[in-house]
Amino acid sequence: MTTVLEVTGLTKSFGDHLVLDGINLSVARGETVCILGPSGSGKSTLLRCLNWLEAPDSGTVLLSGERVGVRQGGTVRMNDAELSRIRTRIGFVFQHFALWPHLTAIQNVMAAPIHVLGRPRDQVRAEAEALLRRVGLSDRADYFPARLSGGQKQRVGIARALAMQPELLLFDELTSSLDPELVGEVLTVMRDLARSGMTMVVVTHEMSFAREAASRIVFIDHGRIVETAAPDSFFRRPETDRARQFLLRYAGTAAMAALPEGAEHV
Amino acid sequence: MIEQFGIVWHARDLLLEGLLNTFWLSALSAAVSLVAGAMLAAALMARNQLLSRATGVLVDSMRCVPFLLFAYMVYYGLPSLGLRWDSWTCGLVALIVYNSAYMAELLRGAWRGLPAEMLEAGHAFGFHGAGFVRRIVLPPAIFAAIPMLGNQVIQIIKDSAFLTIITVNELTHAATVLQAKYFMPFASFVSALLLYWVLCVGVERLVGLVGARAELRR
Repeated sequence: MTTVLEVTGLTKSFGDHLVLDGINLSVARGETVCILGPSGSGKSTLLRCLNWLEAPDSGTVLLSGERVGVRQGGTVRMNDAELSRIRTRIGFVFQHFALWPHLTAIQNVMAAPIHVLGRPRDQVRAEAEALLRRVGLSDRADYFPARLSGGQKQRVGIARALAMQPELLLFDELTSSLDPELVGEVLTVMRDLARSGMTMVVVTHEMSFAREAASRIVFIDHGRIVETAAPDSFFRRPETDRARQFLLRYAGTAAMAALPEGAEHV
Repeated sequence: MIEQFGIVWHARDLLLEGLLNTFWLSALSAAVSLVAGAMLAAALMARNQLLSRATGVLVDSMRCVPFLLFAYMVYYGLPSLGLRWDSWTCGLVALIVYNSAYMAELLRGAWRGLPAEMLEAGHAFGFHGAGFVRRIVLPPAIFAAIPMLGNQVIQIIKDSAFLTIITVNELTHAATVLQAKYFMPFASFVSALLLYWVLCVGVERLVGLVGARAELRR
């Protein structure tokens, strides 16, 4: 199996708060790794360190064997151009979508392939149209983000990341800023992606998605990987107390949500 | 009084020529200072501390100079440095340089107000340097700043009146000539005032139109 992502000994602190405490993680091509963990456990920071939006304090990130953020074989930081080049190989889907507001949906998808990768416009447009079709937004191609719903924005964000034909796709807090009724449409796209063999690292609170689509669950707490397991065994028989408590709390919330409105007051 | 305005109407070519000069001086300096201001804003926001500090000092000091004095300096001061331009060019240069500082400050403010995640998305997708500023930062910053940019253009139009003292034949100058020629200050100046008003209303209309389109893109 080809390794797409190899993370070794990653640490990061903000001030004297240690956010990542020696993360080791390896992701093979075609895997969907879901990162679970309580809020503030360092999930998002880990994701942001993978494409150097946040520079880690120590440790290495390898993308298909190439160092991210640091020049090959050395300790010298990459300059902006070098960093940009390697970032184009890592797709990123943001929690709050982060679409460029001055561009329409299709322009958002086309911008980086044209202006960063320098690819021909006609070809990129054709691909962008196909991608928008894939995420079910053909009819919204010429809408500005301000006119799109959260779920639609998230799907444009996914199409935008796919347009770079990345080796690795990162999802930050997937669906956590969406209205519950919009989560489904995004998850449908995600399941389709996972099946298509895309390599993905997904930070999420969507337990059902993780259970169904992940090839592996990585559970993080206090900046450390506490448990790594296949989804089925993680959700059935978590090995650590931490993971058990975490799952219990989620199960509790889910059970609560399943009750008819006001039932908890009875 | 009515007949005084009749005389103004009769001599309207004089005022219209002034109006045209005011229009071109303002339009050109607005356009150029917006571009220069964008570059200065990029320098102000640069990670390079030396560059951003130096630009900051330059911009701040320019904003503390009275425009009238600055126009004097360009027109009467530059020849002693070996630069000899006609008054129109001097006026244009003075307006551009002076307002670039304001535009820079204005765009920097708008830049700072942009959502951080949207800018990060630019970096995450490989935009950097000038391409990042041009494609990711400036369009939404300019859209966000449109009402303030409109104000600045109106300020430019009014500042251009100062150029009469360095003998640029703009609207105020034309009005002065008119009143001196026929000795009717009230009618001359009121006419000029109305024309300034027309220009500014035009700018406000434009801002309204562009602003409505920009609202969608924010």
